[in-house]
Amino acid sequence: MGVLTSNSGIFLQGFIITLELFGLAAAGSLLLGTLLGVLRVSPVPVCRAIGTTYVGVFRNTPLTLVFFFFVFAYPLLDIVSISYFTAAVIALTVYTAAFVCEVVRAGINTVPAGQAEACRALGMSFGQLVTSVVLPQAVRAVVPPLVSTMIALLKNTTVAAGFSVAEAGAIRSVLSERGENQLVVLAWVALGFVIVVLLLTLLQRALERRWAVAR
Amino acid sequence: MSTALFDAPGHRARARHDVYSVVAVLAVAGVLGFVVYRLWVTGQFDGDVWTWLSYPRVRHDLLAALLATLSAFGLGAVLALTFGAIFAAGRLSDHRPVRAVATFVVELFRAIPLLILIFFFYYGLPAADIRVSPFTAVVAGLTLYNGSVLAEVFRAGILALPRGQGEAAFALGLRKTQVTRFVLLPQALRAMLPAVVSQLVVLLKDTALGFLITYNELLYYAKYLGAQPVLDRPLIPVTIVVAAMYIALNLLLSMLATYLERRNRRSRRTVVRPAVVDME
Repeated sequence: MGVLTSNSGIFLQGFIITLELFGLAAAGSLLLGTLLGVLRVSPVPVCRAIGTTYVGVFRNTPLTLVFFFFVFAYPLLDIVSISYFTAAVIALTVYTAAFVCEVVRAGINTVPAGQAEACRALGMSFGQLVTSVVLPQAVRAVVPPLVSTMIALLKNTTVAAGFSVAEAGAIRSVLSERGENQLVVLAWVALGFVIVVLLLTLLQRALERRWAVAR
Repeated sequence: MSTALFDAPGHRARARHDVYSVVAVLAVAGVLGFVVYRLWVTGQFDGDVWTWLSYPRVRHDLLAALLATLSAFGLGAVLALTFGAIFAAGRLSDHRPVRAVATFVVELFRAIPLLILIFFFYYGLPAADIRVSPFTAVVAGLTLYNGSVLAEVFRAGILALPRGQGEAAFALGLRKTQVTRFVLLPQALRAMLPAVVSQLVVLLKDTALGFLITYNELLYYAKYLGAQPVLDRPLIPVTIVVAAMYIALNLLLSMLATYLERRNRRSRRTVVRPAVVDME
């Protein structure tokens, strides 16, 4: 307990940065992932191919490698210099978007075909059909797997600790310089993550119960 | 399938789609073209940053690094599958204490980030006077995390079977282990193979976390090689090659999953037909 109370500032700061990373990357990957998901079911074959390729590449690349690219390789391209934090947000967003895309696509496929057919009978365009009929229904089917993806994202933020972002995963290295027992420090960090994951799981259950549709 | 979302395009829709296709291709080509342009401008396509590929020593070390990645994957996969099988059995046990312990362990290790687990073994244990190699730390982390996820996959696979399967087996007088071994497992294994293989893809990708604790695997070697002044610091070329290696490995595993899935679907369909043959 002593380790936690005497370094509470560092623990708090670490988890706040973790949550910031998580929030930004979650928003980004949800947007990008949904866009890619729509591309993957679009009537235009080229758009489908783009979505498929993106998912194929990023689902099969280790997150550490994505980080590696944005932190070490990207600066050599000399485009716009970005901070470590921004690089981490981009890496997490780009990586998680592939998983969100798959979840969204699966969700779209759960919406009965009759819904889309009815829309077309009413003369709606593909854009209208997707945004006002299919996606709102898909969202409900998608909530549990989507929250699981977000939980994975939260856990993945720790990789940023290895790339110079002072978030919860980096608490260990800060406190090791102060000579704290690392076993204890890591146990507290782990407990912190268990608590946040538990909260997200509770949110998942609540949303599931509220949005469950009887089909 | 997704085709339910739109009608077969008529000539006007097709013309519109052609416009969209051109726009999409141009957008993607623009982004990729810009990246390639920047690579070119910063001299990443110059011959001298690619010479490292021609050194036998470098090739040998690259292969060794790939083997280090694969050995962490291999051992991690075997141990994670074992861990998963044991704890799935624990969660499905009839004895409440066993169930409680297994549930606690599985839920705990699923909630802790893998990197923290690996740090725990590599940086945490020395505080208790136990020193482990980076390899052991990576494999131990991979086993606990992926084993817990696999335990859930196994459990879900068994629970997804129709109740009648187990009930019928019990009615025939089979004992608990017999029901599981001869009736439930063979069916469940087949259904959950794709999910298991995709978890193995995750495991293979997660070996790259070894990079962060100086385990000399593919990514770690890439960093080392990319910083060599003698080779003109070929970080970007090395990254491209290593990324291609990871993607190829994972695609191979994913293709295995797709293949198994397709084979299962076929075999389930043929199950009905041999029954007629057997009666003769």
